[in-house]
Amino acid sequence: MSEYIIKNGHVFDPVQGIKGDKKDIAVKDGKIVEKVGSSAKTIDAKGKTVMAGALDIHSHVAGPKVNAGRWYRPEDKHFDSHKKPGITRIEGGKSIPTVFKTGYEYARMGFGFVMEAAMPPMYARHVHEEIHDTPIIDEAALPVFGNNWFILEYLKNQEIENAAAYIAWILRQTKGYGIKCVNPGGTEAWAWGLNCLTIHDPVPYFDITPAEIVTGLIKANEYLGLPHSMHVHQNDLGNPGNYTVTLDTLKLAEGMKPKNNFGREQVLHSTHLQFHSYGGDSFANICSKSKEVMDYFNKNKNLTMDTGNVTMDETTTMTADGPFEHHLHALNHLKWFNVDVELETGAGVVPYIYSPNVTVNCIQWAIGLELALFSKDPMRCYITTDHPNAGPFTRYPRVYSWLMSKKVRDEFLHSFKTADKVIDATYIAEIDRELSLYELAQMTRAGPAMALGLRKDYGGLAPGMNADIAIYNIDPDKFPSTGPEIEKAFANVAYFFKDGKICVEDGKVVDMGHKHTFWVDVKVPENKQVIHDIREKFLKYYSLNEGNYPVPESYAPHQHIIAVDAVQ
Amino acid sequence: METITLTVKKAPELYLECENFNPDTFAGKTAEQIANMPVYQGKEMSTVGEYFTVSGSTGATAAETKIVINGDCTKMKYIGAKMTAGEMLVNSSCDMYTGSWMKGGKLTVNGDVHSFCGLAMKGGEFTINGNAGNYLGAAYRGDWRGMSGGVLRVKGNAGSDVASWMTGGTLIVEGDVDIHLGTHMEGGKIILKGNANRRVGGQLVKGEIYVFGTMNVMMPGYKPVGVVELEVDGTKAKFTDYIGDLGERHPKKKGETVYGHLYTKN
Repeated sequence: MSEYIIKNGHVFDPVQGIKGDKKDIAVKDGKIVEKVGSSAKTIDAKGKTVMAGALDIHSHVAGPKVNAGRWYRPEDKHFDSHKKPGITRIEGGKSIPTVFKTGYEYARMGFGFVMEAAMPPMYARHVHEEIHDTPIIDEAALPVFGNNWFILEYLKNQEIENAAAYIAWILRQTKGYGIKCVNPGGTEAWAWGLNCLTIHDPVPYFDITPAEIVTGLIKANEYLGLPHSMHVHQNDLGNPGNYTVTLDTLKLAEGMKPKNNFGREQVLHSTHLQFHSYGGDSFANICSKSKEVMDYFNKNKNLTMDTGNVTMDETTTMTADGPFEHHLHALNHLKWFNVDVELETGAGVVPYIYSPNVTVNCIQWAIGLELALFSKDPMRCYITTDHPNAGPFTRYPRVYSWLMSKKVRDEFLHSFKTADKVIDATYIAEIDRELSLYELAQMTRAGPAMALGLRKDYGGLAPGMNADIAIYNIDPDKFPSTGPEIEKAFANVAYFFKDGKICVEDGKVVDMGHKHTFWVDVKVPENKQVIHDIREKFLKYYSLNEGNYPVPESYAPHQHIIAVDAVQ
Repeated sequence: METITLTVKKAPELYLECENFNPDTFAGKTAEQIANMPVYQGKEMSTVGEYFTVSGSTGATAAETKIVINGDCTKMKYIGAKMTAGEMLVNSSCDMYTGSWMKGGKLTVNGDVHSFCGLAMKGGEFTINGNAGNYLGAAYRGDWRGMSGGVLRVKGNAGSDVASWMTGGTLIVEGDVDIHLGTHMEGGKIILKGNANRRVGGQLVKGEIYVFGTMNVMMPGYKPVGVVELEVDGTKAKFTDYIGDLGERHPKKKGETVYGHLYTKN
């Protein structure tokens, strides 16, 4: 493999504490090395910003509900389905792009790793088929557990060991990465026409509460010592006044300590907090409680979060939070897709238009930004759009422009028709903070790599780490002052190296790289009870045979297995 | 107003996607520049000049530009799509998406148009002197935003699913239509001078449909509320007023439920 030396660039690397100093980066055999020979190709990064490849900790990019969005929204891709010159295929879709466009666009922005945030175990094959077809970027997927019958029964009886053994079994069957929990108990309740809107609402039939599910899953996660922590989408998403539920859920992690060999420091990752930081008691008086949420979050080091920034676009919401999607459909009357996944989960899909003319949407926009700006530790707070729920991931450059320039964000804020109302209901106008390039590298590189248990290889530019490198046309000494300039720079890397290969040059995809699918294989003590329960449920309830359940290796031929031993 | 004329010199083997054919993209360009603009045939890109001879000149803005297209355009899609001003005259029949997403200006087709024409039209005048296919003035497949403004007139017949998801504007069919006229309508006005097949105004929330001829079968969700004398598109006559579709949700305005109206000529 070729050797490269990236010279004269301004390097931002939180792993080594480099804050924009000029430093040469040497690349050999897919890794960053101390030095390379004289035959190495030189890349001149003078006047440019050099960072590690970015990681997206929460994005819906592959699997059955994403595909449901694609097939029931042909209008999403009608106008941009022409083939661009070069090696790329046709790139269709805006909020629910094709797998090809997904890979290309992430790479053009300098991303090297994306976590598919919700995999229904029964449909894991579909998730892996799409992941396999997504070029360039490494990916992994989190199976959902928060409404799974096995989990509800084991946790009801405080059987953490059995829950953990079952989770280990599922991770192996589905080639999954960790534990996702969506609207704990609420999606199961939805099968009964109900929901769980606080952490103490009992789940029908199972008679367990969301609080018990969250606590139990955190314990099982630490029992297993998984690379990622429990990853929760909390109850009562999107409703005015839900910040108290958010704080209640975060408090469940108090006193819990991470136990793992991956350098992960949190026990709970709380996702798309923007949707969970609302005050007021109706959409007429909804207001921001980002400060209250972040005050608590900042003090508790065993938590991480991502923002879920609203980008003000027409998009397609999709979540395993089935009752929420029904609620949203009742609000906007747009087409609703709903599915129940047998013993495991459910999902809904509804298109949504975030509009600068709708005050509630503007308040949501402000809250998402406030969360990042109130964060005291950028290593624990990550930028997402919960793609495609709050907006398409292709809008990250615009979100960065709002976070990095007060001028850009204030201009947008004051362009709202009801700007005064929005300012009254939020904190955004009072905040002067502008994120620095170093903080951006923490929030999009080193931070998520730590939270995902990937800090050994991802998120930094130290020798020995993966040579995933993004070089942007940004001179830190002359940081662009307008929104469009910032956006353009972050949307089109000058170079993107994936595993030491140039995959994007000048915003053009030039190589498809060698993507890997990550999954976690945990060794647990033999557990006859759990094996018996699995047999029984497959015979009694599942519509498929146990033998047809696992994802065969042919579905993930380029797999990277992280082995964990939970026997000791 | 300056006129630029395009004459077909070669028929495409498949279908030609003429997404650039509107006064907005032509304005301010020379005939030679227009001949060099891209058109797609399948996944392959070529130039306007490959299929057309271009002559005349354009105005500085769309409003000062008139485009005349001669020759056989039955395999050309998107003619006049997205135009916002100016004038277009097509002396041929056209394929899909003709005049779709139009916002202003005047588009006249001296021939028939295929299905999915005038989709999601927002403004302007679109006149079809022949017949139209299915989904005229409707929403794009999957979309919920149909015709919302402007005037769309067909001198001949139109197919099925005309004006689905219409929210505004006026659509006039002087001939007959097939099934599903004004399905899911939430505003606007449809005037049908001829006859309709079944299912007129199914799931209609708001808006008005005037039927001069007969309907094969009336939807069960409509209720007659009286007879009114109206002048519709130059014709004065008595119409029976039906409200509906009673099976659908209806908004309230000042405490009163707002229904859609279906008027049939007595």
